[in-house]
Formats: sequence, C-alpha cells, structure tokens
Amino acid sequence: MDNYIKRYPLWSLIFFLLAAAFLCLVLAPWPPELVAVWGRKQIFLNALLGGITLGALYFLVAAGFTLIFGLMRVVNLAHGSLFLIGGYVGYEVATASGSWLLAFPIVFIVVGLIGLLMQFFIFSKMEGEELRQTLVSIGLSIVFADLMLWWWGGQSYSILAPQFLQGPMELPLVSNINDATGVVTWLRYPSVRVWILVAAIVIGIAMWLVLNRTALGMLIRAGVDDREMLAASGVRIHLVFLAVFGFGAGLAGIAGIIGATFQSLSPGEDTRFLLASLVVVIVGGMGSIVGAALGALIIGVAEQMGFVYAPTYSIVLTFLIMAAVLAFRPQGLLGTRR
Amino acid sequence: MSVADQAPRFASPVDQRMWSERIPAPWWILGLILLLLPIVANNFWLFQIMGWTFILGMIGLSLMFLAGYGGMVSLLQMSIAGLAGYMVAILGPSGAANVSLGLSWWIVLPAAFLIAALFATMCGALAVRTDGIYTIMITLAIAAAFFYFTRQNYSIFNGYSGFNLVLPPKLFGVNWRDPLPFYYLSLACAALCYGAVVYLARSPFGLALQGVRDNPRRMAALGFNVTAHRVAAYALASVFASTGGILLVWQNAQIAPGTIGISSAIDVLVVAVVGGMRRPLGPFIGAFIYVLLQVFSTDILGFFGFSADRFKLIIGIGFLAIVLFSPDGVLGLWDRWRARMAARKAATTGGGA
Repeated sequence: MDNYIKRYPLWSLIFFLLAAAFLCLVLAPWPPELVAVWGRKQIFLNALLGGITLGALYFLVAAGFTLIFGLMRVVNLAHGSLFLIGGYVGYEVATASGSWLLAFPIVFIVVGLIGLLMQFFIFSKMEGEELRQTLVSIGLSIVFADLMLWWWGGQSYSILAPQFLQGPMELPLVSNINDATGVVTWLRYPSVRVWILVAAIVIGIAMWLVLNRTALGMLIRAGVDDREMLAASGVRIHLVFLAVFGFGAGLAGIAGIIGATFQSLSPGEDTRFLLASLVVVIVGGMGSIVGAALGALIIGVAEQMGFVYAPTYSIVLTFLIMAAVLAFRPQGLLGTRR
Repeated sequence: MSVADQAPRFASPVDQRMWSERIPAPWWILGLILLLLPIVANNFWLFQIMGWTFILGMIGLSLMFLAGYGGMVSLLQMSIAGLAGYMVAILGPSGAANVSLGLSWWIVLPAAFLIAALFATMCGALAVRTDGIYTIMITLAIAAAFFYFTRQNYSIFNGYSGFNLVLPPKLFGVNWRDPLPFYYLSLACAALCYGAVVYLARSPFGLALQGVRDNPRRMAALGFNVTAHRVAAYALASVFASTGGILLVWQNAQIAPGTIGISSAIDVLVVAVVGGMRRPLGPFIGAFIYVLLQVFSTDILGFFGFSADRFKLIIGIGFLAIVLFSPDGVLGLWDRWRARMAARKAATTGGGA
C-alpha cells in the first residue's frame, strides 16, 4: 500500500478522491442541485444496496464455479442447473416442512450429492479432456433443464422468507433530511436482503479461512497450482476433487434458495445465473475466490445501476465491463496467468 | 476430444486428374438426389425439413470451420446469424414499419453481411485474447449479452416482439418463399458455403490456420501472425453464419430475440458436435438428424407414451451419448465402421488392400 502510494502518487490521489466522493454520495444528504440531475438519493442508495446484495448472490453461485474451475479445470456449464435444482428442492422442503432454515442443509446435501455423482461418474472419467468435459456439462444442463421443466412446470415459484426476516429494517444511512423540520429519514431496506449479504460475507470469509489456514485448504491450493505434483506426492487427489465439486455444487444449491427468496424461480433462470457466474469469473479472474467476490460486486452493482439509470442498456454495461477487462487484463482482475 | 485430434485429413496436393474425376462417386449420387428431390418430396419436406437442415447446417458449418480448423469452439455463431437476419429486417421492409428502414435488397444484403462480419471480427478479437475452454465461456457470455440486449432494446431491435413479415425480395419475378424456389435457394447457398470451406481448408490461409490450431507457438516462431489468423477466421466464418441467418429470417418471415437465445446457440453446437467437427459435411448431417428429431418428436415420443414437450430431453441425451461415446460425432462412427469393415475384409482376403 505504502509502496503503491510512493510509486504512483497521482493515481493514489485520484483513487483517494474517488473513494471520498463515493463516501460523500453514500453518507451525506444530497443537495438539491444533485437531486435535480440524478434523482432522489433514496433511489441511488436502493440501487447501490440492491447491487451489493445481488452481488452477494452472484458470489455464492460463482464461488463454486470458480473453485471447481481453478482446481479441476472443468468448466461446469451445468452450474446454473445446480442453482435451479437447489431452488426447486428448497421450495419443496420449505413448503413441506414450513421451515426456511431447514431447507439450507437439506439442499446443500442433495445438490452436493448431485455434484459428487457428476464428478465421480462423468468428469473424472475424462480428466484432461477439457473441451469434452465442457460439452458434457452442456449436455447435462440441457437434460437437467428439461427434467426440471417436466417436474416443476413453466410457472414461477418463490420461497417466502421466514417471519423474523420479513419487513424492512432501518440502516444507518441518511435517506433524506426534511428542510423545514430538520427531521432525518433513515434508509429502510428489506431485512432479508441485509441478512443474506451478511451471510454471504460470512461464507466468503469462512471459505477464505479454510483455503488459507487449514490443511485441506493447503491441499486445494497446491492442487490449483500443480495438480500432477500434488498427486505425485501421495495425496489422494480424487478425494479432494470430489470434496471440492460437492462443496461447489452445494453452494450453488444454497444460492438457489436465496435466489428464490430474493426474486423467483422459473425455467431460464439457470442460464441467467450461469451467464452471471461466467461474467463474474471472467471479470474477477478464473479460479480466485477473492476475484469472484470482487467480480460479483462489480457486476451486481453495475447491473442494478444500469437498471435504474439506463434500463435499455444495462446488459450492455455489464458486457462492456467484461470486454474492457478482457481487452486490458485477459486473465481477469485478480487472476494469475498460467 | 482435444482439439489436436480433430485434424481433418489433408488432400494430397499432387493429383493430376480432372476436377470432375477427383470427386468420388457417392458425391455425384448425393448431388443428384438433392437436385431431383423435389420430384418425390412434398412441400413440407422441401420447405420445412430440407430448408431448415441447410440453414442450420450452414450456421453449424461456420462453427465447424472455427472449431475444426481453428480450434476455437465459438458459441457466437447463432448470434452472428441472428444479427445478419436482424439487419435484413431492420434495413429492409418488414411488418414493424416504424423501425424498419425499407431500403432495397441490393443495399440491405451487402450491409447485413458487412455488419455481421464487423460484429464477428470485434467479438473474435475479444475472444482470441484467451484460448482453449475460455473461448467457450467468453463467446457464451457475449451471445447471452446480445440476446438480452435485443430483448431490451426497442429503438433498434424492436425488443421482445422483434420483426415479422420479413419477406425475401421478388427477384426475377420468383417468390423465393415458395417451397420449390426456397429449396433450391438454400441448397445453392449451402453448396456454395460447403465448397468455400473445402476450398479454404486447402488454401494457404486454411493450412496456416490449421497450423495455428496445432501449435500456435511454432507458427508464431515461423513468422505467422497467430492472432490475425484467428480473427480472420472469425470474420470468414461470419459469412457462412450470415447466409444461414438471412435465409432463416426469410424462411420464418420473422425474427425475434427467441431466435438467437442461448438454447439456439447451444443447438448449433449440438448440431456440429453430433454431426462431427472433423469435416464440413458433419454439421449438415447433424442438422438433418436434429431437424428430423424435432419435427417427428411428437410421433416418436407419442409412440413411447411421452408428451411431445420432451423433445429437448431426447436432444440432450443424444448429445450426451455422442459426446461420451463418439466424440467425433456421427461421421466418426461411420469412419470407424468403415475402418472395421476394411480390416475384416483385409483379414478374410489375407491382407493387402
């Protein structure tokens, strides 16, 4: 950090000013001139928070994707299907048992098991044939999509958040100050989204800790760096592969429940979230958890801001970000060149 | 199925026979059958099944050209075809009169090809920044972004509803949407595209492209511009895709975002993989199988007691089976069967071909 400031004083100053301006935008009440140009502050804050919470959801989907890719070099294009399966199973569990929280462990196990089976019976049989693995995952996603359409039909489902998460909560962010009375209105935001953001941050930190502080994490990182060497040094790498695949799939399943609570589930959501995780890992850098978090944040915020301020071009904004990253840093923001 | 083992066989360069003698007999028979098909086939077969086969085959051919000779599996080809089709609808006359410009065909067609080629070149330039499986991910992302863009944008692409009543121009007093003219039109286009790919594969550019596929570093060391060859391949492939896309718009008389959705992009991949990505004939065979399955899925599925909606399931399982058991597609199965027959023949006649 200090080195960076010493080497690039001008850039540091610009970054510092940008960060300060951003904090001002978020924390301070907006003067009327700004409101005239950009609309009410509440809209901006809602878009920003919506983007961050959407980013949290994207992170949960993309983290499994990037972990699987980083370790096994498998581009699992059926990852979106795992997300959708998770959502549907979560819906069934939540409506049958009446407990939202119970859905999480069950879905994690069920979808994780599907991931384990995919890795055990299919992907491990064609190790090293990357293109073929990708094609197989496409075939699987077609089959899964149609089976789900068969079973759950074309209508959309959504899972109701439990009682204690319903309703808005007040955030310590100023939404508006009434000029006449001086009464401060604080921003109100759906509490379920706030808690999901917290949960995603906790899961992200836990993943980081497991990867960087435990023996299993050491094995996984070693596998990402050099698979053959790790196998040659006596590690039963297939067990590590299975564990990572199961965990990544389970994470996608859990994200499915969250997605169903946030928005709704319908056929086609699988490709939407597959696309989102693709863009997130392309932007963030393939195989990097921190990169996935950064990419998810950028893409989520860009998408929501786009929806609010330029509805026709919101997709183009996402795409332009991806194109810019590819043009200037093909390995992704935090990726490493191999 | 690594990229390297998909190498198409090179024709031997020293062949002194006449061009007509060099084409093996099965090709003459196939050509004759296709030319004379309208005598026996009804309009449904000509227009729906064969027309669609040729169109899908041409779009698949552009993928085969990129994947088989260039080693770049691009899911973008359907978007390029769709863009060309959209351009025909936007620049030419259509039912959405407030958006379409209604220019005449001799401006519309070159413009459509040019714009699609520009789009393909730009996307290709992005996609070749990375290689291998990354290409699939990036092209899929671009294709999806284009799909969502056409669905959201009303000022250019007319949003969700797209364009209808996009009819081919009545050149030479022929209504090209009638089954018979459309059959011959699509057949001619498909034959031209096929011939172009066969020719390109043996041209210096095609050979250099195959060299780039097999060993980019060595080609770079030999002084070839690897990136330029790859981007040029994207631009060339866009011509085949655009031809298919324009015919597709004329056949359906409409285009909407659903035409270029992600599932269509994946269908093109399915068609090319099922047919076989080693030879230019593969995509057409794959397209024929795909169209037959799609059209007759109602009967087949009804026979086994399923509803017709399960068509995608059949396609998915068939695709999985092909990828799992015969990575070089139906043509690969055929090659292996022929090799086995030849071996058996050699064994019974005591060796020596």
